[in-house]
Amino acid sequence: MKTIDLVVIGGGPAGMGAAIAAYDAGVRDILVLERDHRLGGILEQCIHNGFGLHRFKEELTGPEYAWRFEKELRERKIAFRLDTMVLDLSEDKVITAMNAEEGIFRIQAKAVILAMGCRERPRGALNTPGTRPAGIYTAGTAQRYINIMGYMPGKKAVILGSGDIGLIMARRMTWEGAKVEMVLELMPYSGGLTRNIVQCLKDNDIPLLLSHTIVEIHGKERVSGVTIAQVDENRKPMMETARFVECDTVLLSVGLLPENELTRKAGVPMDVRTSGALVDQRRMTEIPGIFACGNVLHVHDLVDYVSEEAEIAGRGAAEYILQGSEPDPNPVTVRPGNGVRYTLPQRIDRAEDTTIFFRVTDVHPAVRIRVKAGEETVLMRKRPRVAPGEMETVRILGSKLQGYMGQTLTVELEEEAEHGT
Amino acid sequence: MEREIICTSCPMGCHVTVTMEEERIISITGNTCARGERYARSEITNPTRTLTTTVAVAGGGVLPVKSDAPLPKKSIPQYLEKIHEVTVEPPVLIGDVVIEDICGSGVNIVAAQNVI
Amino acid sequence: MLYDVAIIGAGVVGGLIARELSRYRLKIVMVERSHDVAMGTTKANSAIVHAGYDAECGSLKAKLNVEGSRMMESLCRKLGVKYLRNGSLVVAYRPQDMERIGKLYERGKKNGVEGLEILDTEKLHQMEPSLSQEAVGALFAPSGAIVCPYELNIAAVGNAMDNGAELLLDWEVTKITEDGDGYTLWSGENHLSARYVINASGVYADHVAAMVGDSSFTIRPRKGQYMLLDHDCVGSVTHTLFNVPNELGKGILVTPTVDQNLLLGPTAEDQEDREDVSTTPEGLEKVQENARKVIPSVNLRGVITAFAGLRAVGSTGDFIIESPRQGFWNVAGIESPGLSSAPAIAVYVTELLAGQGLLLEEKEDFMEERVAVHRFNELSMEEKNRVIRENPLYGHVICRCESITEGEIVEAIRQNPGARDLDGVKRRTRAGMGRCQGGFCGPLVTEILSRELGIPLEKVTKFGGGSYLNVGKTREEHIHEND
Repeated sequence: MKTIDLVVIGGGPAGMGAAIAAYDAGVRDILVLERDHRLGGILEQCIHNGFGLHRFKEELTGPEYAWRFEKELRERKIAFRLDTMVLDLSEDKVITAMNAEEGIFRIQAKAVILAMGCRERPRGALNTPGTRPAGIYTAGTAQRYINIMGYMPGKKAVILGSGDIGLIMARRMTWEGAKVEMVLELMPYSGGLTRNIVQCLKDNDIPLLLSHTIVEIHGKERVSGVTIAQVDENRKPMMETARFVECDTVLLSVGLLPENELTRKAGVPMDVRTSGALVDQRRMTEIPGIFACGNVLHVHDLVDYVSEEAEIAGRGAAEYILQGSEPDPNPVTVRPGNGVRYTLPQRIDRAEDTTIFFRVTDVHPAVRIRVKAGEETVLMRKRPRVAPGEMETVRILGSKLQGYMGQTLTVELEEEAEHGT
Repeated sequence: MEREIICTSCPMGCHVTVTMEEERIISITGNTCARGERYARSEITNPTRTLTTTVAVAGGGVLPVKSDAPLPKKSIPQYLEKIHEVTVEPPVLIGDVVIEDICGSGVNIVAAQNVI
Repeated sequence: MLYDVAIIGAGVVGGLIARELSRYRLKIVMVERSHDVAMGTTKANSAIVHAGYDAECGSLKAKLNVEGSRMMESLCRKLGVKYLRNGSLVVAYRPQDMERIGKLYERGKKNGVEGLEILDTEKLHQMEPSLSQEAVGALFAPSGAIVCPYELNIAAVGNAMDNGAELLLDWEVTKITEDGDGYTLWSGENHLSARYVINASGVYADHVAAMVGDSSFTIRPRKGQYMLLDHDCVGSVTHTLFNVPNELGKGILVTPTVDQNLLLGPTAEDQEDREDVSTTPEGLEKVQENARKVIPSVNLRGVITAFAGLRAVGSTGDFIIESPRQGFWNVAGIESPGLSSAPAIAVYVTELLAGQGLLLEEKEDFMEERVAVHRFNELSMEEKNRVIRENPLYGHVICRCESITEGEIVEAIRQNPGARDLDGVKRRTRAGMGRCQGGFCGPLVTEILSRELGIPLEKVTKFGGGSYLNVGKTREEHIHEND
């Protein structure tokens, strides 16, 4: 069996970023395995702009953002295989992969970085009653049809879910001549970025109906319409508000799920909150030498954050390969508190400067973010506005962490008003 | 008269309030940085958007393209119509001009992906 | 064109009859109104091979169920169809229901079902540990099994075609005329003639019978709604779990499938509409409610799809296998246990035709086994590598969720009966049947279908007719034929 220092599973922004960072930290024997026929992952179909504002201080389209990384990867002559599917990953880091040229092959890796991304929640997960005609797509599938294949999935669409891909597709469909009747959102707020609500919906006069859902899909062969209804505070449809909307297409943008089949096969312990692996500050899972970054770890709102995380994982894997790793017997445990859905990393095993990424459970206009150890406040930060759709961060310096090794840090929200500031 | 504009310069999404008297801007509040003010001003006077779409590639498939600078929002349908008439011959590299000075706007439509 | 036998309906019953008849020197044609085979009742049912304790003693249902159930395993092996004898349990939740269990046991024995056993509480929970604590006992039928009905259907039609039978799709019989030596079937302007006609047209069997003036029975569709859960939801459930039956059917069940999903359902809703297979909030709630009752720990968040099917319930209470006129046979009212009985029905009908004068001369070159399909996932690493070397398309994974390769998809399109639409590929290969429900592979399979069938991408459908998947290229005026 072939041995390779570092195998990166996935050649999207996370995988490429991690491979580049590991290279720059001194690892030379790297192989990136990508299942598609080109690098770039989902960015290749995200042709809209708005990527890279944080990282490159300019607005790029998805393929352009991906190309910046692919260029760097190629400049470093980092090896990659396309059209290659990883079928299995074992706890001792043996990768089984397959492609048309080499057949099935096994690789023993010293370290593995998981960067498989995420997928969209399909209709089945929603249990929407009705018929099963053609014309029901996830927003990402429709995006592939239009932006990669150059075909229109339909002419008159209703979009369920105001996640970013749904909003982007509302504009994309409109610009390609389709009529987008409306975007429905089950929650009383949108899960998408504000700029997308403005530029995709408001610009094109597409109504966003909050606290609404599809209660039935109609049509025998192709979708002929949907019945929509408002929902009450428990998200139950109020049937007296039900009405029929004619359309030939239903696009679903109802959430993303990290694609962790391989992670589970390897027996990596998972966090039910993120649906990704439990990791430390270097993005190492609880299996030494297996790292994870990007949307396979937790669903990101901005690719810039994916790249940041990929670098952390790449450097972490390099350190593991080049220096080995002694897990600290006395790590800091990080957990979500009031108003926070999840935190990442879940474990900090060294007192070094660490950014904690987290997502909130609800929209709040003005809040304080409090990091506490027991009842003691470690850190307090103000935010003018937080929303579940947007990732938040707090940075803790290593010098500060020093005093809390072995303890549990809780990240929680506090309404500003309570403190009368 | 007050107009509320959600700034889209960055993910913060500041709700900026623009107070107007007739056509004149009296004050801009709610922004947390200078970009917010600039954005609000341009949204009132001449809103612009970066345009992204695809053009056909000879021999099949499509090529993502974008405007290399923001274009006036109100004329987007006109630009799209123009872009839709184009078919490119590969190879095309990121940044190659696909349509020069579209509709006399001074803005180019450029390739946003490599097609070898 | 004059055929010896024309079979109306290429469901599992019609398909298996065609396959049985294809042993003999006969010109056989199957006509099917849909764009593919297995599009009616066969597509959406409980996928159970019933042991045979349920049907009234002396009925055709009882006889053919027990016989069919005995034939099923070897038939599946020959046709390369997944079959698993997982055993079924009819579970009682109240002590007084044990009396009913006892009656079923007695009936089963009379029907000739082997190995039946009444389980007490302790033994039941040992066999099925995740079953509700409220379960008090059960009837255990070790010969109960599971099979994939549309896979069996496709394989049967494929094997029949490999042995010379013909299949006409999108061929809805609109009129039947009698002529001197048999019947002429009409589909609009198209027509064909056959000496013998078998009416295996499912929920439309009474309409077809009426075309030859037979109104001796009617069919009433009974809707069953189902939910399918992801692989990781199967847990420790191994048996097919029925509730003690009531007057509407065998009750709602929970069962693993041969593809290691968990299937919940069906409801039993009589309706007039012969096309309506929509799911309803009430129906799906009922299915979930039962699942929670049977397996309290069931993970209903793992639902990957919900669907409904129609059983063809005949007005006589039994299978209707009768000849109202010389050469015309109704094979109708094949509701549960229809799938279980189908192999025996095929043999029975063949004998009946012989009794009416059809000459059965065995073919020497009859291929009993279906040309093997590569079940790529089940091959060893060495075998996989050999297959990929022979055909590199097998090294290219299209469906990530179920690890289905381009090689398998192309083969499903080329092999009898070839897939012609997205759902056809799905039923033959499982591409798109996983947890993302075709989100990733749908567009890729559409491209492969377009390439292999030599049709433009916008002509590829989900299941024929007007079930188009896209309206044409971007930047073009989207004038679709349904406008």
